[in-house]
Amino acid sequence: MPQAVSIQNLHKEFILHNQGGTRIPVFSELETEIGVGESVAIVGQSGQGKSSLLKLIFGTYQATSGSINVLHQGAIFNVVAAAPHEILSLRRSTIGYVTQFLRCIPRVAAEDVVAEPLRDRGMALDEARNEARELLSRVNIPERLWHLPPMTFSGGEQQRVNIARGFAAHFPLLLLDEPTASLDAENRARVMTLIEDARARGSTIIGVFHHADERHRVCDREIDIGQQAK
Amino acid sequence: MKKLLSVQQLSKFFGEQLACDDIGFDLYEGEVLAIVGESGSGKTTLLRCLAGLLPPNHGRILYHGKDGRQVDIVLASEAARRNLLRTEWGFVHQDARDGLRMGVSAGANIGERLMAIGDRHYGHIRSSAEQWLGRVDIPISRIDDSPWTYSGGMRQRLQISRNLVTAPRLMFMDEPTGGLDVSVQARLLDLMRGLVRDLGLAVILVTHDLAVARLLSSRMMVMQNGRVVEQGLTDQILEDPQQPYSQLLVSSVLPV
Repeated sequence: MPQAVSIQNLHKEFILHNQGGTRIPVFSELETEIGVGESVAIVGQSGQGKSSLLKLIFGTYQATSGSINVLHQGAIFNVVAAAPHEILSLRRSTIGYVTQFLRCIPRVAAEDVVAEPLRDRGMALDEARNEARELLSRVNIPERLWHLPPMTFSGGEQQRVNIARGFAAHFPLLLLDEPTASLDAENRARVMTLIEDARARGSTIIGVFHHADERHRVCDREIDIGQQAK
Repeated sequence: MKKLLSVQQLSKFFGEQLACDDIGFDLYEGEVLAIVGESGSGKTTLLRCLAGLLPPNHGRILYHGKDGRQVDIVLASEAARRNLLRTEWGFVHQDARDGLRMGVSAGANIGERLMAIGDRHYGHIRSSAEQWLGRVDIPISRIDDSPWTYSGGMRQRLQISRNLVTAPRLMFMDEPTGGLDVSVQARLLDLMRGLVRDLGLAVILVTHDLAVARLLSSRMMVMQNGRVVEQGLTDQILEDPQQPYSQLLVSSVLPV
């Protein structure tokens, strides 16, 4: 049985060429495996590279060396060695990535921001919008805001629009970077329910969660990045 | 994803001056590739070579046509290149005056491309022109006006619609939002985002504006002194640029 994600000897450092070539090591020799349908929490101290690991899996960061094998449409796919169009295909159908920060596209209505990943997969506009509205109501965004661009929304509302977007397409693999940070208790609970639903559908989840009670609620186990890497 | 364009070892000199040096990349259907870099880096020259408007000194540009055949743009006849540019391709110039026929009406500008591919039915040409003007938010009442009477933003939208009328698969765009007011630029970018998505267009976009690249493109190519210093996913280049020049370029922009 192939793993959902299998990481071998992963090394990441930033080299700041315009600051005298300063090297900022993140981690090296990281090894870990995550099974299909597993839900794991990445833990470790601040600065140990929890968010960086998620960005490496998503292809936003480039690994210095090593491999990140992801199960994509039944085949093993190494993100580190992939061409851009292959990573884009991976993001269209396999990996969803949710952060607390909305990568805001100016002037696009909230419902269309959420519908976009569905449209990318070829879903018709009306159907995608209906799904988007359903999700927006689940994360407690009032209906009067749905047709407005989220740029003017409060921080918490923007964050929830982003979460709705991340969960819209039912990705087999979800990367969650502190999705509930700075939300109030009620909205945190709503987001936790979305994560539980994704788990129940069989999605693999790799998350960074600030609160231990959230980790215990939605994760099978923890991966301590400090112990898995140097 | 089908490959549309395959560029191999492309070089272009102007006399002794090297404008593009050993450029290579593949472009797939529906991809938007932004070519960024400072002025003089060779990005517009590269775009003109790719579109067959300038002959390169070296290299191959293989285009996989709608009919499944592969054409080397460098070796193709002038007539074949021109035919591609008015059917399967489009070219949007920074200055709309370079891409429009300023002496004829807006409707005729759109109709011309249809007539070039053999459409002779006036009613059909007229209704296509109306439909495409509507698509780019130009009031139908302006269809018989000359582009001289249009504002800069409207001219640019007209230029885009003139290109789209033949349902191209690949558009070349040279600083399409350059020289427009910020609010007009924003509206044009929104329009382009929508069109690219709805029509499944592949686009090669030259811009010096990283915000435009971030908004429209999925892939980026950073050029400096005629060379590609780095290429990759747009979010990767913006968040984790590897090369000294791309790091400098990205860090020079105020965070959005």
